[in-house]
Amino acid sequence: MPPFPEAAAHELRNSQQRHNLHKATRTIRAKRDALVAERDDWEQLRLSAEAIKNDTLAHLDEYLLQFEEAATAAGAIVHWAPDAESANRIVARLAVDAGADEVVKAKSMTTEEIGLDRALAAAGVDAYETDLAALIVQLAGDVPSHIVVPAIHRNRAEIRQIFDKNMGAFGRPAPDGMTDDPASLAAAARAHLREKFLRAGVAVTGANFAVAETGTLMLVESEGNGRMCVTMPKTLISVVGIEKIIPTWRDTEVFLQLLARSATGERMNPYTSMWTGVHHAEGVSGEPVADGPEQVHIVLLDEGRTDVLADPAGRSALRCIRCAACLNVCPVYSRTGGHAYGSVYPGPIGAVLTPQLRGLHSEQDRNLPYASSLCGACFDACPVRIPIPHLLTHLRSKVVDAEPAFPPSPERVAMKAASAIFERPAAMGLGERLAGLAHKVIRGGPDANVPSVPGLAGWFGSRDVAVPPPESFSNWWSRTDGGTRDGGDVP
Amino acid sequence: MRIALFIACFNDVMYPRTGKAMVRLLRRLGHEVVFPRGQTCCGQMHFNTGYQDDCIPLAEHFCDVFDGYDVVLAASGSCASMVEEYYPTLADRAGSQRLHRRVDSVGARLFELSELLVDVLGVTDTGSYFPHRVTYHPTCHTLRMLRVGDKPTQLLRNVEGIELAELPEAEECCGFGGTFAIKNADTSTAMGSDKVANAMRTGAEVLTAADNSCLMHIGGMLSRGRSPMRPLHYAEILASTREDPLGTGGPVREVDRPTREFAP
Repeated sequence: MPPFPEAAAHELRNSQQRHNLHKATRTIRAKRDALVAERDDWEQLRLSAEAIKNDTLAHLDEYLLQFEEAATAAGAIVHWAPDAESANRIVARLAVDAGADEVVKAKSMTTEEIGLDRALAAAGVDAYETDLAALIVQLAGDVPSHIVVPAIHRNRAEIRQIFDKNMGAFGRPAPDGMTDDPASLAAAARAHLREKFLRAGVAVTGANFAVAETGTLMLVESEGNGRMCVTMPKTLISVVGIEKIIPTWRDTEVFLQLLARSATGERMNPYTSMWTGVHHAEGVSGEPVADGPEQVHIVLLDEGRTDVLADPAGRSALRCIRCAACLNVCPVYSRTGGHAYGSVYPGPIGAVLTPQLRGLHSEQDRNLPYASSLCGACFDACPVRIPIPHLLTHLRSKVVDAEPAFPPSPERVAMKAASAIFERPAAMGLGERLAGLAHKVIRGGPDANVPSVPGLAGWFGSRDVAVPPPESFSNWWSRTDGGTRDGGDVP
Repeated sequence: MRIALFIACFNDVMYPRTGKAMVRLLRRLGHEVVFPRGQTCCGQMHFNTGYQDDCIPLAEHFCDVFDGYDVVLAASGSCASMVEEYYPTLADRAGSQRLHRRVDSVGARLFELSELLVDVLGVTDTGSYFPHRVTYHPTCHTLRMLRVGDKPTQLLRNVEGIELAELPEAEECCGFGGTFAIKNADTSTAMGSDKVANAMRTGAEVLTAADNSCLMHIGGMLSRGRSPMRPLHYAEILASTREDPLGTGGPVREVDRPTREFAP
């Protein structure tokens, strides 16, 4: 995957995608704004959510143990996975032990993060996405482009083509006469998926929240596919990042009000499923039988999260509830789409979360904190008040601090030179020295706007630059005593 | 009131007209303006690119220069937000409680133009005259870090003769972002093109804002597109009067030479 600047340039040339993204992000944004505006306690809700998450992160070890104890008491089996590899091994073993050669998946961003599908395939198990958008992405051999709307970059004409061409290879083919009408597409997906739900013995899901007090997992969605996954198969495996913990049942009140409004611009999401271990009902002859899955497994995943927690300046990224409100308001994301980030978590939150989870080892990850104009729209939209612009500048400083000082990069040389000038300004003439330099650099073209300056091709590709006037403000002030003499024009 | 000007390096060299307009405006409103010597760069470019260590001496220097002034006016909303929002981060990085106290103190005394006029001086009508169609771009740092709200448009609305046209998708970033414009030139250009297209839809002669850096980026694109629309810091509009009016001039390549009105 090339670093963001190159990947973005590539994505920007896809005019159909740019059109789709523009339309989709603005539609969600407008719905969200309207629903946020009708809550006069929105800021209090954000502050509450921030406080709850901060408390959780400050005592994460205790809440995790509390969760494990409560979930285990309710009949769930809790597994601890320090990294992706161990999580994949646990899930693959559970699926194989359950005798499954296929699993259905829902809400599976975390499993995208750890590359679970590949691990399952290696164990001879096929994984099928059941979320409509995730299904589209899977059928197209694509990767998600958005946290909540993974197929945001596709329009319905493209989706019809994808269904028509590829559905048959994954199971029930698209029906004849399917149009690109949303109802027709949804009906095709429904028929295709129903077959999978009825056959699957194992489901793999994520979770939006894990309640420490009760050991409950919660899954929030729009389509009901998640509910099918957590009720139909005999074995239910949930891969849950350890940051998904919230302390008490009561806390869900705050997050459920924030999440749907922020994510999809709805007052409430259509389906909220909660499960606490294994539920037993009474069979026909009075014996206890499982109502829903007979085996409930929960894989608690670290995969870099405790490293993020260890950085006081960076840990607020773990407050993220994956609503994607920051993506929808981000002027960078809404033009490049998610693929340019080369990260399962794209957009502003991805630009701060991914380099922290993966570290700043690759060129690609070192470029992510720079994939922002620092406009700050993400912070205003974030329901848990993650100061994304601060995190971006913090990570940029980590990138620079980790660079070898010798040999210095051209950028470092330029920055050092600039600060050397700024630190020791002459009583007069700093402006003139810079202006003179700028004149030397910028002047020269036939109409005084030169087409290019070495090293600044990025600027001159699309923009002219004004020629600095011959006299700076500071020199003017000194020469005219603040405009009071010698031709000063200010009365 | 005695007001100290913080002109910011970029305005000093590239846009001295903005500072002169502020001087003219504040004197007209009966205030004393001083220009503390030795002021340099706030360090925003360094900070935002990741060179935080290089900014610490600049923050110290900024405090030295503006130590003795009750009110400091920044010519750039973006530089004001650097001081208010990020100098405390630098003080933390330096591990200096003393610097923390100093930057908090200077941050509390530092204002962007509309904050100074509306909040401190209680002025919303500056007696200005500018008979042109204008659209206002609320730059990101002014809007989301300084939280100036609608103060700049309150002031502009009271300018005699002005026709204020609403900018579609006004609150979306223009794509400048300092070194972002160079490091991510293609994305920056895509954002700027949309901003320019929205500005053109207003039919305005002038696009105004509180930051010359954003105006340089948008203006550079207007110029490349041969648009007659002129970028202008709103201090210049407020400085313009019936007795001494500021024309709109032509596109950026002409007007960024010293104009007749503000020629030294």
